[in-house]
Amino acid sequence: MENMIKQKIKQVKKGDRSAFEDVVSFYQNKVYHICFRMIGNAYEAEDLAQEAFIRAYTNIHTFDERRKFSTWLYRIATNLTIDRIRKRKPDYYLDAEVKGTEGLDMYSQLAADQALPEEEVESLELQSYIHKEILALPPKYRGVIVLRYLDELSLQEISEVLDIPVGTVKTRVHRGREALRKRLRHV
Amino acid sequence: MTCNNEAVTLMHKYLDGELKKEEERKLRDHLQNCPACQHHFHELKRSITLVQNAGPVQAPANFTSNVMDNLPKEKKRKNYKRWFHQHPFLTSAAVFFILMFSGIFSAWNQDQQVTVSKQENLVIQDNTVIVPEGVTVNGDLVVRNGDLKIEGKIDGDITLINGDMVHEDDPNPLEGEKYQAYVSGEVNEVNQIFEWMWYHTKNLFQGVFSFGDDE
Repeated sequence: MENMIKQKIKQVKKGDRSAFEDVVSFYQNKVYHICFRMIGNAYEAEDLAQEAFIRAYTNIHTFDERRKFSTWLYRIATNLTIDRIRKRKPDYYLDAEVKGTEGLDMYSQLAADQALPEEEVESLELQSYIHKEILALPPKYRGVIVLRYLDELSLQEISEVLDIPVGTVKTRVHRGREALRKRLRHV
Repeated sequence: MTCNNEAVTLMHKYLDGELKKEEERKLRDHLQNCPACQHHFHELKRSITLVQNAGPVQAPANFTSNVMDNLPKEKKRKNYKRWFHQHPFLTSAAVFFILMFSGIFSAWNQDQQVTVSKQENLVIQDNTVIVPEGVTVNGDLVVRNGDLKIEGKIDGDITLINGDMVHEDDPNPLEGEKYQAYVSGEVNEVNQIFEWMWYHTKNLFQGVFSFGDDE
């Protein structure tokens, strides 16, 4: 598979647009997945994933063929997503405390037809519940947890994708796991 | 072993798959005796399983065709850019030549004024540099954009750039003995731009290679 992609990338570099179509269809789910888990919103995830592929295409000549294409592509996608998260207004976070209240966060402001966490689990909406819990992690930890456990990248690969030292990746994975443990212990 | 630090660190190392044999035994021993840590460890492993079960997400249908529709059209300029990327040597050679030639051309065009390398006792009249009778120039003489008329003596080489030798008295002095008496060195005349370039290059190389022999 790796070789097939390498071949396609060479063709794209020579100006073959249709070869890029195969690259997109091969990686679309993975890239969309990373964006979706990190940004939490299907519409924005699609927008970001699309942007990531377009950037990869326009900058394909900067890609070093000796390296892994997926790492390079994920890096573009995560950078775009992290950028988008940073640019968001802070009041977008569900975790933010509502002004003038004590200990009430934005979750409490959500429509009442949403069940409580425990009931949600019972109603087999476990997946979407976990998705929310992942999103509730600080972006720093969210990124590594998504790459580590949802895309099953090695610590080394994560360090390359995020361009941070392996030691930092480890620390973030540890803290992310502890944060998740606290959030998911009652499930 | 303190539960809060050491054991938890070992647990994370285990989860990263980086636990050594000895550490693994240590952790196992501790977990058997410490219900709190056992619980902690269990929770960690469980939350990972839960996260992994969040399940894969499929990209929306038409995603690929949407991307393809939104790709920028390739421009002509892009092709040039790619060519430059693929041929770095040719590109750098071209840039080098452009810079070199433009430098020499501008140097050629810039100074249309008469300039002489040695001004002492020399007379400049209507673009003609005259070495008056009885004057001896010691060393090399360079005249730019002007003619040179020698009535006196020059003890060295002459370089004429964009100019001629003027000889009023002697109709054919270059081959004559008289002329040889006046100029002890070589006479260079540079009139064409290619000669000018050649002169520049030669000067540069001479400058580089004679650096050591000056003394």
